[in-house]
Amino acid sequence: MSTTAAAPAPGASREDLAALEERWGERPSLRSWFGTVDHKRIGRRYLVTAGFFFILAGLSALAMRTQLARPESRLLSPQEYNQLFTMHGTAMIFLFATPMLFGFGNFLVPLMIGSRDMAFPKLNALGYWVFLFAGLFMWASLPFGAAPNGGWFAYVPLTERTNTPGLHMDVYSLGLLFLGIATTAGSINFIVTALKLRAPGMSLNRVPLFVWAIVATAFMVIFALPALNLDNAMLFLDRRFGTHFFDPGAAGNVLLWQHLFWIFGHPDVYIIVMPALGIVSAVLPAFTRRGVVGYPLIVFAIVAISIISFGVWVHHMFATGLPRLSYSFFSAASTIITIPSGIQIFAWLATMALGRVVLKVPMLFLIGFVVTFVLGGFTGTMFALTAFDQQVTDSYFVVAHFHYVLIGGAVFPMLAGIYYWLPKITGRMYHEGLGRWAFWLVFAGMHVTFFPMHLYGLFGMPRRVYTYRSEPGWDGWNLVSTAGSYLLAIGLLLVLIGVLHAIRRGRPAPPDPWGADSLEWSTDSPPKPYNFPVLPRVHSLHPTWDEASRESMGAGATRDRILADGRRTLLTSELDGSRERVVEMPEASLQPLVLALAMLVFFTAMLVAWYPVAAVAAVAVAATIAVWLWPPRRPERELGVQP
Amino acid sequence: MPVDTRRDVRTRSGPGRRRRQVLPAVVLGGALALTGCSSGAPSALDPAGSGAGRVANLWWLLFWLSMAVFAEVMAVLAWALLVRRRPGTRVRHGQPLRFVTVAGAGIPLVILVTVYAVGLRDLAALGDDPGPRAPTIEVTGHKWWWEVRVQGVDGATANELHIPVGEKVRVRLRAADVLHSFWVPQLMPKTDLIAGEVRETWLHADRAGSYRGQCAEYCGTQHAHMAFLVVAEPRKDFDAWVARLAAPAPAPRTDAQRRGQEAFVQGTCAGCHAIRGTGAGGRIGPDLSDVGSRWSIGAGAVPNDGGHLGGWIANSQTVKPGNYMPPQPVDAGRLPDLIAYLQSLK
Repeated sequence: MSTTAAAPAPGASREDLAALEERWGERPSLRSWFGTVDHKRIGRRYLVTAGFFFILAGLSALAMRTQLARPESRLLSPQEYNQLFTMHGTAMIFLFATPMLFGFGNFLVPLMIGSRDMAFPKLNALGYWVFLFAGLFMWASLPFGAAPNGGWFAYVPLTERTNTPGLHMDVYSLGLLFLGIATTAGSINFIVTALKLRAPGMSLNRVPLFVWAIVATAFMVIFALPALNLDNAMLFLDRRFGTHFFDPGAAGNVLLWQHLFWIFGHPDVYIIVMPALGIVSAVLPAFTRRGVVGYPLIVFAIVAISIISFGVWVHHMFATGLPRLSYSFFSAASTIITIPSGIQIFAWLATMALGRVVLKVPMLFLIGFVVTFVLGGFTGTMFALTAFDQQVTDSYFVVAHFHYVLIGGAVFPMLAGIYYWLPKITGRMYHEGLGRWAFWLVFAGMHVTFFPMHLYGLFGMPRRVYTYRSEPGWDGWNLVSTAGSYLLAIGLLLVLIGVLHAIRRGRPAPPDPWGADSLEWSTDSPPKPYNFPVLPRVHSLHPTWDEASRESMGAGATRDRILADGRRTLLTSELDGSRERVVEMPEASLQPLVLALAMLVFFTAMLVAWYPVAAVAAVAVAATIAVWLWPPRRPERELGVQP
Repeated sequence: MPVDTRRDVRTRSGPGRRRRQVLPAVVLGGALALTGCSSGAPSALDPAGSGAGRVANLWWLLFWLSMAVFAEVMAVLAWALLVRRRPGTRVRHGQPLRFVTVAGAGIPLVILVTVYAVGLRDLAALGDDPGPRAPTIEVTGHKWWWEVRVQGVDGATANELHIPVGEKVRVRLRAADVLHSFWVPQLMPKTDLIAGEVRETWLHADRAGSYRGQCAEYCGTQHAHMAFLVVAEPRKDFDAWVARLAAPAPAPRTDAQRRGQEAFVQGTCAGCHAIRGTGAGGRIGPDLSDVGSRWSIGAGAVPNDGGHLGGWIANSQTVKPGNYMPPQPVDAGRLPDLIAYLQSLK
């Protein structure tokens, strides 16, 4: 297995390249900025926007930790604190974690499978705009003191109008319904892209593990999100129009909210962690100098998790007093779901042990990931046992647990991914020393902040309290946590500085600075708008490491994979990736932006109860969709239906 | 497996138990300074009854198993990072699927089946009914205080309940408004209070003492100040407590107390609060018939002394912002009388 990226002899002629540039290139203009459908630009925007929301949610957390540094602190009022912790959780889950990973997916999936764009580039652009607007919609409520304040899982009846008047929870329900459009659209796009746009020869057993993870995640989103949407629609109807879905006084049921929420919510944990685990599998080969051990086992684990995760939701309700028999069932399912994660962890460990670890910054974050995620996994298994869960649920122990899982299992891999793909995304190398400092500060800060939470959770401190008295003896540990959170913040600031430094001062990146194995490293850094001058023919699981796949883009290129006479890419079959036909891809368009804006007007009007405006916006949405879907006038032939 | 979870919790005290906790405490503390420690904390690891005792045993089992698996993971990681990076080491291209399956699925499966079985037994034990002759205490969660009654007794108290040592007491839980959760870490894991439904749990203490409890389900603005106290005491003291709940509140004995009572009954107080045996019968706020003996004011917000009581009456919003008691227009001259009267209610 060769690991050197020999510059291939160009497979496309100068004329081909000029034609591709003409078809795909976007001249800098306001119109192209707002109308772009390039998955790489959209992916970058997802990453930057999610990073921005991460900073806002992180600053909220710092404010909370500062408040909790001492007992009976009066820095924040309870009303302020309750909005901050709700926005922290809601934004971290919905506006940071999933969009950040969708950003990686958007940028990487077409490159990893050897395609020129996502299957539905305009839908992709729509997804981004909707995500941006939904995020701003929710955050904009904070300066008005009208931010959601019922916790990120928004249990009724606290979140009903009688108990929480004002716009707070309307912002929550409408914001998440709005955002759900983006998440659903993105998921459909990932599934179709990965099933239909893979390079010829990329049969299912040659699909990179990251792509497997993204596709499994996308399927989970499609099955899980309707439960959340239903919940939020009912909550909004209850609050605004006086229905009684969750009103026990009118034969409504408050536990219905919890069931529906966690039928979404537990799969959502894996919706966040799974693509991050995909990043681990993608980054590891470059820094262990070999392929990941047990490819079929990991694929099995991914698929198993995506199915089992729909059967464990009641472990979030172990203290609600449901029948014991149902608890024993859900306890068993929650226990078993550990196994696929165990398989993945030991597959990665075996990869590290058999390969030869290269300790660059991305690898440091992967090691940090293993240590932290494994600890979070242990406490996770503990929560599967009903009796223990009843003792520590809703205490700081569970706060410790899910931060170990989400920071260890999602943020560390994301940071590894940022350093790893930064050369590909920006065309610049990061500063290794700065990156090492960032890693050690983030790693130490994370553990100093969250490890003590296990302890004071066990010592009886409930979560979501804006202050506490000193008698129970929780103050010392809380001070440690607060100190750790500042350390963590400094570490994350260094990550940001490292990224900015790379963009401004970093040395230019070669196409493949790591000697990595997947297809994105066989094209320029950053890639040209058309990704690949010649679409590759894939011969193995590690195409950049194998001669034949590389050759297929160089001297061995055949004309039918250049497709320079249009804005085109290849459609292949779902299972074995054999060539089906050529498809014409859409050009830049302002329709996605217009549609997202119309939706923003609709949701804002619903929020402030300007129903006539909402009706007009709904008409605008319908009209834009009609224009979007109107059949093009060009003849079939030109659409590339012809092979 | 160093923890025998079958041992009766009542025998679990003394040096043996302490020694068992030393090593974990050191491991847990790690490099962090042991500031604060758990002294005086309502710690789940310092159980005082059979419910929490069971869970503490389960915790130590899970803790040691986790440490064993963690050591296994760290060993492989250390081998990869220290041994396999020595000069001259070559990359191996094998597919050790057996290792992955055994270490990643086989061993975990054995551990998981074991702890699941133990967990199932504990789940059943925690769900046991305390029996028909056990006393029943009715607890209703309000924003943000606990209404406490004893079944068959007319009176009510707030944020404090008593149980006889060594006996199981049934606790019947209702929510008056939103969800709350009843949690006494040293005695019993949580049970949620569900609006529109009735839930049951039980308490059992094997040694006398006061055990702090707190609402564990986020319930709005003042979720932070919704604590309560469980007092475990000998049976005769418990019976006396029940008798006090049934009896009228003590009559005022001094002139100041008499003026205070008058101010209470005729002023705005009685609109929301009740004091048994007087004209005050409000049902919106806590019954104050024994307020002088309670451990705190405002469900754990501040200590119960004259200064805090006066501050609370004048403007509780500065003490517990957002609670449902508006600032009271009490004359500065009447306030000491009111305090004297309320403090006499023991």
